[in-house]
Amino acid sequence: MSSAELLVPTGQPDEYLPTVGSGPTNFGWWGMVLLIAVEATLFALLLASYFYLRFRAGPIWPPDGIENPKLKLVLIMTAILWTSSLPVHLAHSAAKKGDTGKLRAFLAIGFVLGATFLALQVGKEYPDIARHEFTPRTDAYGSMFFTITAFHGAHVFVGLLMSAWVQLRAWQGAFDRHRHVSVQNFVLYWHFVDVVWLFVLLSLYISPQF
Amino acid sequence: MATTVGGTPPPPGVTTGLATPELLEEHWSETPGLGSFLTTVDHKRIGKRYLYTGLLFLVIGGVESLVMRIQLSHSNLHVLDPETYNQLFSMHGVTMMFLFATPVLSGFGNYLVPLMIGARDMAFPRLNAFGYWVFLGAGIFFYTSFLVHRLPDAGWFNYTPLSDSVYSSGPNVDFYALGLIFIGISTTAGSINFIVTILKMRAPGMSLNRMPIFVWGELAMALTVVFALPALTLANILLELERRAGFHFFSAAGGGQPLLWQHLFWIFGHPEVYLVVLPALGIASAIIPTMCRRPMIGYTYIVLAEMAIALIGFGVWVHHMFATGLPTIGLGFISLTSFLVVIPSGVQIFAWLATLWAGKPVLKTPMLFILGFIVLFVIGGLSGPMLAAIPLDQQVTDSYFVVAHFHYVLVGGAMFPIFAGIYYWVPKMTGRLLHEGWGKVSFWLMFVGFNALFFPMHILGLRGQPRRTYTYQAGLGWDFLNLLETIGAFVLALGILVTFVNWVWSTKRGRPAGPNPWEADTLEWATTSPPAEYNFENIPAIRSREPLWDQPELGPHGQPVEAGGRGLGGGHNTLVTSLLEAEPEVVAPMPHESPWPFLLTAALLGVFYGLVIRSWVFWTVAAVLGVISVAGWFWPRGETQET
Repeated sequence: MSSAELLVPTGQPDEYLPTVGSGPTNFGWWGMVLLIAVEATLFALLLASYFYLRFRAGPIWPPDGIENPKLKLVLIMTAILWTSSLPVHLAHSAAKKGDTGKLRAFLAIGFVLGATFLALQVGKEYPDIARHEFTPRTDAYGSMFFTITAFHGAHVFVGLLMSAWVQLRAWQGAFDRHRHVSVQNFVLYWHFVDVVWLFVLLSLYISPQF
Repeated sequence: MATTVGGTPPPPGVTTGLATPELLEEHWSETPGLGSFLTTVDHKRIGKRYLYTGLLFLVIGGVESLVMRIQLSHSNLHVLDPETYNQLFSMHGVTMMFLFATPVLSGFGNYLVPLMIGARDMAFPRLNAFGYWVFLGAGIFFYTSFLVHRLPDAGWFNYTPLSDSVYSSGPNVDFYALGLIFIGISTTAGSINFIVTILKMRAPGMSLNRMPIFVWGELAMALTVVFALPALTLANILLELERRAGFHFFSAAGGGQPLLWQHLFWIFGHPEVYLVVLPALGIASAIIPTMCRRPMIGYTYIVLAEMAIALIGFGVWVHHMFATGLPTIGLGFISLTSFLVVIPSGVQIFAWLATLWAGKPVLKTPMLFILGFIVLFVIGGLSGPMLAAIPLDQQVTDSYFVVAHFHYVLVGGAMFPIFAGIYYWVPKMTGRLLHEGWGKVSFWLMFVGFNALFFPMHILGLRGQPRRTYTYQAGLGWDFLNLLETIGAFVLALGILVTFVNWVWSTKRGRPAGPNPWEADTLEWATTSPPAEYNFENIPAIRSREPLWDQPELGPHGQPVEAGGRGLGGGHNTLVTSLLEAEPEVVAPMPHESPWPFLLTAALLGVFYGLVIRSWVFWTVAAVLGVISVAGWFWPRGETQET
């Protein structure tokens, strides 16, 4: 695919426009921004529900003799997840320069980091808690904890699917300097999932410590 | 203006950028037949489907209410048993809100927004088709519960703990919760589509301050959906987790809070009321200037008022919960914001009245419906602030006074504009005018029937008749007014029927409409009736807020190139323009017909049926088919901006 921008005449004298936009001149980018607005609203409401139940529950939180959330594992997971935003950012820069090789490499690194976070959540954190502390059925605290973290985990999973799709399209040579709105959309989504984790971490893990 | 130095030459076949009807026909026409019935992405076909399907649900929801009115026409009747009555009033609310009002207004938007802003389609044509199929699928899903006699029965707001698995163990509430999650996908997809279309596809020159008020109304609705609907979806997901998987969110036993449901529901529920009313107000603001033969007075104030209503709508949800024992300081604030709604609503009403006063109103049927709407909306607007006053609200809560109020606002405020819209725009869709005489008959039947039905409810509510009870005792003095209401209901239904018959009759025998039967000002009237698949031969350049009144060169054959029209090479393209000033940015190729939206919906319907019959095999298989459909949808065909 040519790396020069393809221009077409609009019908007005001497007016030529590109056939592909990126960022705010591409419908897809707007679609992603609005999808993120919907998802952010969902997370905001989930966390608001958590605090609603918490403040109605009385002075002791977590209730029912459950201990405060343990931080060691989750902080390691957090470091891994947030680190993943760096290669994803670099993948975006590579796409803007049309460097498909770097794009693929950085996508792959981001994918591995995201997958590690998810593996630790589902493979280690959840079984540990469910075996020794509480389950979603124990009480409202347990229900909220598992629902919110799993909801975030599901978003990481969708991000991984998107990453795999972009990787596939990169292998097919679909992207160049002008055509890479799928990469942009994936990057936006991934950063969103990382930012949301800050709020989940602060609300569910850190705030009960005080 | 983006012009160009450098860049590669245009691709072969596109040399001049000029369009001809033959070229456009070749690129835009869809082959007739079953194939195109299932795969169409034409916003006009999809818009009409939303209308037809939504009106079918109006009939279903209406029949439900007639049966209830028969039951209530006299004390101590037993036409319905209490359980059936519960199911009917629950489904009446769900049907009218989610399957009639919202989709029909989306239908008008789907059909009209691209035409009004001078575009060739919506921004995401396949998503548009998907939105319709999901709406249809969700409607079928809801009414499957009718076949197994398990209609939702906990009211349209489905309060916990009544709706939890202890008090409602059958699948009734599952149909409600899953159905609403399902239809939420459609509404969200549709709204995202509206926002991008409105912000990025307006014809060059149509800066935001020249955009028709109807389009502003659809934009306000779509933005409201984006930030309000997640609350409903979330509430229902939590409810299903509690009912099915033993989680605790709402049941006091596990540390949950029943009021959490009410908060989440009404954080969505009140904006929902406005997202039905806002586009309906937009219909009024489209018809009034045309019928008054002058531009709308106070355009800017009306637009600001619409946006203010959308915004304030997020701050009033607790007024549905005045009687739940919340702390009074919070109630005071919510009471205040509820009173605030009066201001932007009043601004719009006074702007309409000023336009009527300054113009020369022509009393055609659409205008009659709009005048009727103004009267009813004002009456509903008077009982609104009464309910915003906490002491009065606590007195009449859950009585027929509340039923009277919200029917005046919703039926008066949305259904009357919808019928005005039918008389006004159906000629654009079919090419033939509806019959004026029968239109007026229909209006008067509806107007008189409506008031006979709903006005006495104010009085009965103040006298203490509770809503949602299937009968009442003799000797309370309620019989006469209830009988009057029932008669009113049938008169209203007759009026609606007259319009439907008129519509069907007009498609064959109505007077030909021509491109612009009302001599209106907005761009949809610059096309043939019905419009060509590609809408406009040349994308027009706009220099006025009332383009058809101020730009005589606009007409059914497209604006000539000399006057600023853009043919975009006659291909399957539309123009992307900038957000504020609508300056041309990109010539975007648009996707063609696709079977995937339909197939994805079928898979999703399978998932939801699987969930309701609790067969994980069933829903897993359906979910896998859904993932395959998504892959098929996005699989590159080299025709859109897909990379």
